[in-house]
Amino acid sequence: MSVDAATVRRIARLARIAVEDDEVEHLQGELNAILAFVEQLSEVDVTGVEPMTSVTPMVMKKREDVVTDGEIAELVVKNAPATEDNFFLVPKVVE
Amino acid sequence: MVERFGAPPSPAPLPPRAEPTDLSRDAPLGKTMTAPVKTDKLIEGATGAFEVIVGMEVHAQVTSQAKLFSGASAAFGAAPNAHVSLVDAAMPGMLPVINEECVRQAIRTGLGLKAAINLRSVFDRKNYFYPDLPQGYQISQYKSPIVGEGEVLVDMPDGETVKVGIERLHLEQDAGKSVHDQHPSMSFVDLNRSGVALMEIVSKPDIRSAEEAKAFVAKLRTIMRYLGTCDGNMEEGSLRADVNVSVRRPGEPLGTRCEIKNVNSLRFIGQAIEVEARRQIGLIEDGETIEQETRLFDPGKGETRSMRNKEEAHDYRYFPDPDLLPLEFDQAYVDALAADLPELPDARKARFMGNYGLSAYDAGVLTGEKESADFFEDVVRAADGRTRDPKIAANWVLNELFGRLNKEGRGIAASPVSAGQLGAVLDLIADGTISGKIAKDLFEIVWTEGGDPKAIVEARGMKQVTDTGAIAAAVDEVIAKNPDKAAQAKEKPAMVGWFVGQVMKASGGKANPQAVNALLKSKLGIE
Repeated sequence: MSVDAATVRRIARLARIAVEDDEVEHLQGELNAILAFVEQLSEVDVTGVEPMTSVTPMVMKKREDVVTDGEIAELVVKNAPATEDNFFLVPKVVE
Repeated sequence: MVERFGAPPSPAPLPPRAEPTDLSRDAPLGKTMTAPVKTDKLIEGATGAFEVIVGMEVHAQVTSQAKLFSGASAAFGAAPNAHVSLVDAAMPGMLPVINEECVRQAIRTGLGLKAAINLRSVFDRKNYFYPDLPQGYQISQYKSPIVGEGEVLVDMPDGETVKVGIERLHLEQDAGKSVHDQHPSMSFVDLNRSGVALMEIVSKPDIRSAEEAKAFVAKLRTIMRYLGTCDGNMEEGSLRADVNVSVRRPGEPLGTRCEIKNVNSLRFIGQAIEVEARRQIGLIEDGETIEQETRLFDPGKGETRSMRNKEEAHDYRYFPDPDLLPLEFDQAYVDALAADLPELPDARKARFMGNYGLSAYDAGVLTGEKESADFFEDVVRAADGRTRDPKIAANWVLNELFGRLNKEGRGIAASPVSAGQLGAVLDLIADGTISGKIAKDLFEIVWTEGGDPKAIVEARGMKQVTDTGAIAAAVDEVIAKNPDKAAQAKEKPAMVGWFVGQVMKASGGKANPQAVNALLKSKLGIE
């Protein structure tokens, strides 16, 4: 599996990462090197093997349905570049 | 404020009575392509008839105290960002921990949809950028949902029952909310909804008209309200639907579908489907092709329009969320939840028909809301253990009570007349204390002034006169005043009705109608 220059631009756009035209070729090479490395896994036959989700056998922890958090609006918006009345303010987005 | 999910409440009038149709459809799950075409559901275009095919994705907010993966409150309505934890705001290093109640509610809903429950399911990240999605991804379930295939039986007003297949139900996070009209160049973002648990319920494309789509969502809402898994409040956004619409000429392969996003009332769901089907038929008849795309319904303009700017965001790059292990539980857990389910609408309707002898229509209307069904049963089963006549109780609840409630736009929960009070009125009719006509006046008094019906009847002298002496005097007087009519009545026995009316009027409605009728007949020499 390998990616072309158009795919590199597309992935970058989806991830909201600005990529200049002169960077594309270099990134394409890096991505393809990573993909080739991962590709080695396909040499192993994993038919019937469950995907490993944890190195030790564990079950997912669950929480009780109790309100234990929140009511910290000032803290939540503290780092935001722009706020008003504890709303986040962002450049206008209207569909 | 213009909110993303704000919408005027839609009135939900009782469905009209109609004759049943002999057309029926019984499509096996997954084989809807071969389902017989229902000719009465076709839409007529300029060049022939079209069939509309609808599938729905319903987003239902799970009834819970806290959010799906955080301990912040899931309650509706709070100051901006008050119900937000650092997990919901996606601060670095925060990790999700699942709320077991949301899992329980999803399983119970699945059981209510007669669906397969998956003992192992997986949470995935659905990646996209939007200002009200601080994580940059939504935690959802993609390939392995918690609930698999099921079905919902939808009763149509014409008596037809439509079986709508359920494809799946999965758990996912809600996003925050953007407010666009507070500032000329900025949008306001509130994350109170961010992370609230939603169940996305996906139907199979088994729906064939706007009416069926509305009835399907209404039935889903009823089931979830019975289960207590979603309050179904569409005005508060607890229930919203994405509607997939395509059209085809009968017998042809499925057409290209368009998805109408975030329709948030039953009325708008119906309107959106009709408008979109018309648009697609127009395009086909003009020789154009339909583009698969996401559209928005504008209720003000009565049209759907393309959301082209979101097109590219459709590459969601799903992958299993590395912060969460697979969701696993055993069959014993599911069995325990199944054993503890309340009686559901279909079973209750069948019981109302079987035990109480109600018609399918009446039983359907009464069980459409859990509160209505409870109210009816509280009238039938008196507090002291007696059972009242269920058909009379149903008539009073459906006609007098619902009629009055509809007139004032109230729900059953806000009824000024309690089940106990209505039961007392029915007792007074049953033991002959008042006539049916007086009972309606009594109902009106209880509605406006409250109080104990029996005491009201005593205090206001509304008791029916059963004393034959007093009635006989009134009967004699009416006959004496109308000798010509009395003579006619001997020829035309139907005229006795006129005399009954006169005597009832003279008695202020308090004479016992049966006694009046019997006396009149003997005195007029009828029979």
